Amino acid sequence: MDKSIISFSKVSKRFGTVTAVDQASFDISQGEFFSLLGPSGCGKTTLLRIVAGFETPTEGEILIDGQPMSATPPNKRPVNMVFQNYAIFPHLDVRGNIAFGMRKSGLTKTDLNKRIDEVLELIKLPGYGSRGSNELSGGQRQRVALARALIKQPKVLLLDEPLGALDKKLREQMQIELRQLQQQLGITFLFVTHDQEEALTLSDRIAVMSEGEVIEIATPAELYESPSSRFVADFIGSMNFFEGEVVDSKARNTTVTSELLGTIVASEVEQEFSSGTPVWIAIRPEKLQPQFESPENQAGYLEGRMGPSAYLGDRSHFYVHIDHRDEPVLVALQNLERSLGGISRPNQPVWLTWSPDALVVLSRN
Amino acid sequence: MNDQRPWWRPDGFLLYAIIYLTFIYLPVLFLPLFSFNSSKYIAFPLKSFTLKWYHQMVNSPSMLEALLNSVKVGLIVAIVSTILGLLAAKALTRYRLPGRGSVISFIMIPLVIPEIILAISLLILISQLDIPLSLWTVGFSHSLLCTPFAMLVLISRMEGFDNSLEEAALDLGENGWMTFWRVTFPIVLPGIVASLLLTFTISFDEFVLAFFLSSTDATLPIYIWSSLRFPTKIPAVLALGSSIFVISFFVVSFAEWLRRRGIKLESTSGI
Repeated sequence: MDKSIISFSKVSKRFGTVTAVDQASFDISQGEFFSLLGPSGCGKTTLLRIVAGFETPTEGEILIDGQPMSATPPNKRPVNMVFQNYAIFPHLDVRGNIAFGMRKSGLTKTDLNKRIDEVLELIKLPGYGSRGSNELSGGQRQRVALARALIKQPKVLLLDEPLGALDKKLREQMQIELRQLQQQLGITFLFVTHDQEEALTLSDRIAVMSEGEVIEIATPAELYESPSSRFVADFIGSMNFFEGEVVDSKARNTTVTSELLGTIVASEVEQEFSSGTPVWIAIRPEKLQPQFESPENQAGYLEGRMGPSAYLGDRSHFYVHIDHRDEPVLVALQNLERSLGGISRPNQPVWLTWSPDALVVLSRN
Repeated sequence: MNDQRPWWRPDGFLLYAIIYLTFIYLPVLFLPLFSFNSSKYIAFPLKSFTLKWYHQMVNSPSMLEALLNSVKVGLIVAIVSTILGLLAAKALTRYRLPGRGSVISFIMIPLVIPEIILAISLLILISQLDIPLSLWTVGFSHSLLCTPFAMLVLISRMEGFDNSLEEAALDLGENGWMTFWRVTFPIVLPGIVASLLLTFTISFDEFVLAFFLSSTDATLPIYIWSSLRFPTKIPAVLALGSSIFVISFFVVSFAEWLRRRGIKLESTSGI
């Protein structure tokens, strides 16, 4: 593993009886794009604010570049933050905002102005220096907030849901730019978001948090394809869950049995289970293939009736009703052809099949 | 829609605005008009132009003393009530105060108590405590009266103040004091200036409290009121009124200019 730039060791934060962060222990590597992902109130922003120095941990210690931070006030830490609402100083223009943190930089006025122009170039707002803060659009404010932090050349840039206030199109564009900027500068980004899609798009690694606890830390692909718990599987993307039990588990092939699915084999399962373990058998909606004739030689399949459908532009969602199951099974299909109208007749019998490596097996305990 | 109206056919709202402004400012304009009129009777027709009332004003020590008293009291009251208002406004807007609503209404009560009642009760209190009446007692009562006004002005300015601005300044390397100086103060400054001007003005022309709670040192309103009994003194009072009008016009303009210039300076210098 690369050199660690931030190291959390058993960091907890309690507000009265509420535990906002519970025993967080993990490392973030130099140059990494690291995201804290979780539903609102999961403690991700608190953890970020602890790194910035706005909150003191109740227990534990944070090391930034090897230095313990508990006695260091926010203005002395080698990190800078992009705030959720950007916190652009309303009484200063763009140049004044970007220069704000450079008072003690020791640069001459000419050098500083040159630096500001470079940063403005970097965030694609050249010539905007004399704009007033109220003359900026949401996306431009976001860029100025970014520039103001980047000019300080922090060891870690902290971003608190910086894209939340932007519309979808602009958000997607800013995601790409953020990622490029991060790779170009090589600065470690610690990014807080509740948007799982955003976290998947941007991050090298993601820490999924829930109720103050860090549930899992992994790469986007690992989190999506082989999550380690039902919470993560459910929170990231959509997932269909079936109750089942392990029959046999060896060499990455796990045989499970379930009332609805029958006895089936899941391949590429990293964990080994002892037989009899109660598990969730989970499968992503886009990994279920619908067909309208009974499959003869398929090892496992699910039989149901077409329910309601939703057209989402690039893909469609179908809900398939299965006997003896309250919740319909979600199937997602790419809209490769213009119309899929023919396959969504209500109550039409449908058979869902999958490949063995699409199944995820999660312990139910 | 045709928004371009010929100037000789103003619409109803413009007409209303003109009448309104005339109604407000015409009486005030009589003040300088009669202060340059050589007749000692305040009546039309005007006689001739003179500066003698201004001369009389400058040579009237009791009038100048009253003016000075009012300015002194006004300045102290403005500063004291603005500081108190600032602290209260900060507490009420930044922190989750239990019983915030009732605290605000309790502090606002002096706004709705008739001044005469306030004056009598303060007079009783002060004489019970054996404190001699002086400009200090006037200043104290004026501060009591002005603090709610200062608070109202400053609360409205600080209500929308975003705490993350201060955090951002800290995050960018400034300490608490510099954060206040470079972020909080410039943002709240227009409110502070407005509060200082408002409270000064309230104190400067306040009559009832000053009348009850002052001793031999008269403030300007009391001096003017007592001058009305001597018609010969009135033209000089008009001269003084005109001078104050002109001076306050310049003071307010200067304050506004200073405020805008301050904002501009910080941004173009970059630091």
